[in-house]
Order: sequence, then C-alpha cells, then structure tokens
Amino acid sequence: MSKTAGFRRPMVGTQPDYLSPGYGSSRLRSPTRPLVLLLHRESETTGPLFGADLLGPSDSDLTGQHAGEPLGARILVSGRVLDENARPVVGALVELWQANSAGRYAHAGDSHEAPLDPNFTGCGRVLTDERGGYRFTTIRPGEYPWRNHYNAWRPAHIHFSVFGPAFATRLVTQMYFPGDPLLPWDPIFNCVPDEKARARLVAQFDWECTLPGRAMGYRFDIVLRGREATPLQPAAGGRS
Amino acid sequence: MSLLMTTSQTVGPFSRIGLQWLYRDRLFADGTRGVARRVSGRILDGEGRGVDGATIELWQANPQGRYPSPLSSPCANSKLEGFGRIEASADGAFGFHTLKPGALGADQAPHMLVAVFARGLLRHLVTRMYFPDEGANDGDHVLGSLETGRRETLIARCGDDSPDHLLWDIVLQGPAETVFFDC
Ligand SMILES: [Fe+2]
Repeated sequence: MSKTAGFRRPMVGTQPDYLSPGYGSSRLRSPTRPLVLLLHRESETTGPLFGADLLGPSDSDLTGQHAGEPLGARILVSGRVLDENARPVVGALVELWQANSAGRYAHAGDSHEAPLDPNFTGCGRVLTDERGGYRFTTIRPGEYPWRNHYNAWRPAHIHFSVFGPAFATRLVTQMYFPGDPLLPWDPIFNCVPDEKARARLVAQFDWECTLPGRAMGYRFDIVLRGREATPLQPAAGGRS
Repeated sequence: MSLLMTTSQTVGPFSRIGLQWLYRDRLFADGTRGVARRVSGRILDGEGRGVDGATIELWQANPQGRYPSPLSSPCANSKLEGFGRIEASADGAFGFHTLKPGALGADQAPHMLVAVFARGLLRHLVTRMYFPDEGANDGDHVLGSLETGRRETLIARCGDDSPDHLLWDIVLQGPAETVFFDC
C-alpha cells in the first residue's frame, strides 16, 4: 500500500468558517456538526491527471474565443501555483471564470441589467508549467450588484479553481484587484479574520508583465496545501 | 521556506461557466469491466430545500482498487477514470454512473470521495459515499469512528427499481446532516 505523506492542515485564521453570518447564503448551507478529521490515505493523496490533450489553443485567451474582441480593458493575469513548502505545483489544472466588463455573467441565471458581450464568454483554463507558472489573457471584469444586503456590490473579481496533485489539495478561490473601494464592504472577501490572508487574495499590478500599448499585467500567486514531512522515510540521495 | 495556503472563496452561483467543460457523469469509459452502479440523490439545505446549481466532484479507485500515481511533470495524456464532476439541477437533484471500487486493504471499505461546491459555501465540503450490502463497511476505519446514526449518512441505499440503482442524499444542515470531513 502506498505511504504517500498526507497534507498539512491550513493555519488558523486563513480559511473561512462555513457559517459566515454576513454572507446570507451560508446560513442554511453550513453544517452545524463539527467536521470529522479524516486522515489522508490514498483516496485523499491522489487525484485525476490532467493533460495537454484536454486543452484548446484559445483556452487561456478569453479575448480570443469569438470572432471579435470583447469590450473592456484587456489584462494579463499570471502567477505561480506553489505549495506551502514553496515548491512549484507542476501540471496543475487552473480554471477561471468571470463576469464581462459590464459586470454581467454569460449565465442564464444572471439577472443583472447590464449588457452581455457577444465576444466574451468569460471562462478559461490552463495547466501550470515546470515552474508552476500560468498565464491568462482576459478583460477586467466589472463590479456587480447582488442581493446579500441593501445596496450590496461585489468587488471586481475572477473566480479560480485549482486542481493540484491530490484531491486533498483542491482549492477554489477568487482574485481581486488592488485599490478596489468595494473590498472593505464585501462579506465574501472579509470572511477570514487574518488581514494578511485577505491581502493575498488581491492581485498586484505587474509592470514587468504589462504589454506596452496593449494590456496591463496583474500577478496572482496561489498556494496549495503542502505535504507533511515523512520522518520515517530515509532521505533520498543528495539535497533537495 | 514556508507559505500559507490561499484562502478559499465560494464558487458563487455561476460556476457552470467555468466548470461545465469538464462535466462528466460517467466515471469510467463505456466497456470498462466492473460492477456498474447508477447513483442518484439530492443536495438539501437546512430547510430541506434543494441546493440549486451546486457542483459535485467525485473521486474513487478503479474496480481493481487502484489509483493513478501522482506525476511530478506535466503529462500529455489525461487520466480521468474514477473522476466525476456533475452539476445539481435547480431542485438539487444529481446523478452519475460508476463502477464499484475494488478492495482497498484491510481497514478500508470501497468508497468514493465527494466534494461539494455551491453558492453559500465559502469552502467546499468533503464527504464520502460508501456502498450498501458491503461486508467491508464493518471494518472501515472511517465508518468505525462515527457514531451510529451519523455513520448511516455516508452509506447509499438500494433503490427499489433495480439492484444497480443506489440512492444517496447530501444534507448540508439539520437533524439528518451528512458527515463532513476536515479533509
Ligand atoms: Fe462572481
């Protein structure tokens, strides 16, 4: 039987509770019983393998999926997927979805009265390279109203889904933009007490990745859980 | 050097946009040998209402009880056997087709790992589904650690129509609340 090491539990304060009183939808969807600790065995330490065969050429360019260019400000979003031991996560599947520049999702359930953009679907995916790096071309999503509380608006954000090496490292998150005045008002962004954890959800303007005359660059690194040490395992030859 | 894990955030109500390209409700290719099972159920909230638009991900061993080995470099060819991703309907109903996983060793009964993503869940929920009429359930280290009454929430029931059809609901909150794991 495989003795693959399990993964570390997240640090206190960095992950949200299921019941988050400011976020109305969590009230009836949050378990009331404590979670049961699950020791990691093979079903948790393995996962499906995603290969290049799944991806198409325009999957990482959300501005190139239709006949014309979408409206809005073109941006590049890039970063690295790392684990808590600062090692790159190679071959991770990164999926992303977002509203268009007017704050409207290409989804039948979105009733926001903002225009759809026939040249923008708002979804993409990519596999990380040998350095754990990924890059998307997209447009800056618009803010949009929602019904959580009176006059509620979500800050501009991009949804990210990441499949790392194991089912236990699965992560879905949201990326925000620096300087957004809506951030202090948003119960989803503010779901954790750790201010530094929240700050890590905000992308940084990336001058070096900005394409002159074409697209502003934003950097967003994603950290997945790291493996626990396996002290009983003899050290492999050489340093690592 | 140590980093801290990125904070989880909800998939929101429109995850279909980003996730539907990989929806697959058949966990194994047609023709794969094994014990075929069709599973259906509903995701319910604390008032017994269906959770609309949830995405469920499934992961299990193959009929020989094996999982693929994790890779350390990008791969050209995907291996998705044993992986499922499905969307619950507006009333929370879901269904999928699978093959029963093979034996996994002395203290583990055949099971599937289940992750639930939905609006209202700031991080996904993790549970497991076990199979009914399975002798190995009695010796399973996870089921054995749960109290009677709660343990049963993880074991599917046989449908009335056919022995191949299993029923399993996911109850997010309330007296019949499913066991969820700190995974
Ligand atoms: Fe959103």
